[in-house]
Amino acid sequence: MSIDMSQFHQVFFEECFEGLEAMESGLLTLDMGDIDSEIINTIFRGAHSIKGGSGTFGFTVVAEYTHIMETLLDEMRDGRRKVTQPAVDVLLGSVDCLREMLTAIQNEQNVNNASVAKHKAALEVVLNGGSVAEESVFPVEQEFVSEEFLANDASDVDEESVELEEQGWKIAFCPYLDLLKTGNDPVRLFRELNELGELTTTVNIQDVPGFYELDPEECNISWDLKVVGDISGDEIKEIFNWVEGDPEPAAVIIPNNPAPKSVEVKPKPATETKKPDSQDADNEAAKTTAKASSIRVDTDKIDTLINMVGEVVITQSMLGLVGENFSMDKVGQLKRGLAQLERHTRDLQQSVMNIRMLPISFVFSRFPRLVHDISSKLDKKIVLKLVGENTEVDKAVVELINDPLVHLIRNSLDHGIEMPADRVAAGKPETGTIELKAYHRGGHIVIEIIDDGRGLDKDKLLAKAIEKGLIEENNLLTEKQIFELIFMPGFSTAEQLTDISGRGVGMDVVRRNIQSLGGNIEIISELGKGTTIAIHLPLTLAILDGQSVAVGDETYIVPLVSIIESINITERMLNKVAGKGETFRLRNEYLPVIRMRSIFNVHSGNPTKSKEGVLVVVEGQGELCCLLVDELLGQQQVVIKSLEANYRRVEGVSGATILGDGSVALILDVPGLVRFSIR
Amino acid sequence: MAQEAENKDNDQYHYSRNLDNAVQYLSFALGKEEYGVDILRVQEIRSWEPVSRIPNVPCYEKGVVNLRGSIVPILDLRERFNLSKAEYTPLTVVVVLQTGDNNKTRIMGVVVDSVSDVISVDKTEIQSAPDFGTKVSNEFINGLVSVNERMVMLLDVDKLLKLEELDQDEG
Repeated sequence: MSIDMSQFHQVFFEECFEGLEAMESGLLTLDMGDIDSEIINTIFRGAHSIKGGSGTFGFTVVAEYTHIMETLLDEMRDGRRKVTQPAVDVLLGSVDCLREMLTAIQNEQNVNNASVAKHKAALEVVLNGGSVAEESVFPVEQEFVSEEFLANDASDVDEESVELEEQGWKIAFCPYLDLLKTGNDPVRLFRELNELGELTTTVNIQDVPGFYELDPEECNISWDLKVVGDISGDEIKEIFNWVEGDPEPAAVIIPNNPAPKSVEVKPKPATETKKPDSQDADNEAAKTTAKASSIRVDTDKIDTLINMVGEVVITQSMLGLVGENFSMDKVGQLKRGLAQLERHTRDLQQSVMNIRMLPISFVFSRFPRLVHDISSKLDKKIVLKLVGENTEVDKAVVELINDPLVHLIRNSLDHGIEMPADRVAAGKPETGTIELKAYHRGGHIVIEIIDDGRGLDKDKLLAKAIEKGLIEENNLLTEKQIFELIFMPGFSTAEQLTDISGRGVGMDVVRRNIQSLGGNIEIISELGKGTTIAIHLPLTLAILDGQSVAVGDETYIVPLVSIIESINITERMLNKVAGKGETFRLRNEYLPVIRMRSIFNVHSGNPTKSKEGVLVVVEGQGELCCLLVDELLGQQQVVIKSLEANYRRVEGVSGATILGDGSVALILDVPGLVRFSIR
Repeated sequence: MAQEAENKDNDQYHYSRNLDNAVQYLSFALGKEEYGVDILRVQEIRSWEPVSRIPNVPCYEKGVVNLRGSIVPILDLRERFNLSKAEYTPLTVVVVLQTGDNNKTRIMGVVVDSVSDVISVDKTEIQSAPDFGTKVSNEFINGLVSVNERMVMLLDVDKLLKLEELDQDEG
């Protein structure tokens, strides 16, 4: 009898990723000077359970790999081996590698063998040799190094060609499986190589599967090529250009001579994996957010929920009994029952909403690694402080806030915090601090990113904005308005572009993302002291406080947060502008008026009534305007339903909700309405 | 001879009942015309109830209703096909249809005069629709089939409901 193991795969993967996260945070907290054996134990346990699990499920690649990690960790645990920074870095790289492998297996893709082999080799070096050179650990740096070697070697070859017995290139060509499917023909490549110089090929067929498993469309063969002649590396690369840019590495090009150098280059997996680490991380993040369609819920929360449902069922059956032989003397009982039902329903709603609430640590937990990686890349000393990780926010917020936060933290790392030397010169501690803080305030959650870096330079911002023609020269702007400038598209003050930030795309996207979540973002900064970026977000995206208004026979909901005040008016109080638009004078300020009847083409209801109505003063996109409606109905909490799920976006409407009588009411999108009315 | 003919008829009968080729359609009436939709696309049939109007959309998009917690748009097929309007009565029927595009399914209701029957159609019996020169034939009609001497126009649900996106692009 065999059990279908695949049903447990999902759980296994989830556990693995959790284990990897625990290992990662453990590795990051490992303090070189003072080794906490408990932390090493945690990391070891993570590795051990992944090994065990993957063995059970037959993922031998993972199991073998983890075994090596485990051996290393075991020695560290027993104190037989010292915990060194290079070793920790290798282990961190291995965590990434494991994550890649598991993701590949989960998506039923092929595991990237070359990258696995490389990490494995690095691990083994640590195991056998004790310490390891930096270059062989970080793929990016290593590749840059090897590029230089290629160039140097090529020029060396030119100069010293007389001394060399045989000059040329060795190429290890391991095409990815889909080579043939993408229309690449190795024979053509070889022919082109042969034109450059004398070509010798050796075929490796050890990866070719047995006859029955053989897929004729897959390319399981790899080649060792040797080209002899006075050829530049670029020429060879050009030939392999066609196979570059594909997911798996294809060819390793090594000059045939200066042996000691080329040995160092050898572990390099491919010529084309030049994309920076950060991009990898982005891809990874994108993948993980896309998958987060299930949530883990505390058993406590579920227990409360079950209790509550039990209560509701009891109340319902009690009401049923009352209703069965109803007589007037049972009215009291009925009322009691209904009151109970109301209470239970409210509790039930509360606890269901609670399930959607996740601690913000789901987002925050990724950042220590990000800060660790980027700060070491930038040679800056930075510590990240997390405050209020247990603040609970809506699941939708958790999913959508990650990307903006990553962007903002990168900005702080890159532009905010100065180089250690500059910091010391400015009389600040050498190590910069970035604080990531989350807390509740009112009906909002506030996330703050506080750095003690150089702060924003108002004069520089202004000059830049004038230079880019974003503002007029002699515009007087308040401090707040100046800081707002960095949210303008195409605005960047970074003197130098880096691969981390500085292209000026982004801050406008960050702001748009946050606004689409119904929040806002503000900047407080002091030159030389640091910058605080505060993001205010609504606690939940599923429920909104609304004011229902009547327009003709129709009911619309105006979000309460955007309402400033409401005024009863008559027709005479409105002023016509150019015979078309209308304004209303509110305390010496003329505000544009949007007639809901005309903008939404409402013809129902009593038209005489529209002679007078209610002006709802709302704020949309930072400006005030008035909505003319027939009547205010009442305030209530409404559950937001998507119109787009089955229908489409409607201009001026952000969603829909279901009223007490079961009918549907549209929720007004105030900024959208303002835009719509202008057109 | 008669025997043979009967056999042949029987064969025909078996052939048309062949599961591989038979497709079931729900047929409904719009005025004197009869239309059919793939029954697997029909989620439920409801009676007409007042909708909440959506501002600034084509007139055949009547509005949205609350269908057990989800917001579902309602289209009037008569107006969609430019037929004469009919008053909504308690007997007016809303057929709730599912459409799937790129692993996302959406549901929509269409208003029809009445639901007639569930018909089994042999795929091979479906004729392609002649070009009527009207909007309807080219866009939505998958084919024609005759059932008991009546002509039923088979509608392509995806195309019928996908038009919304086109409208959106234009808007």
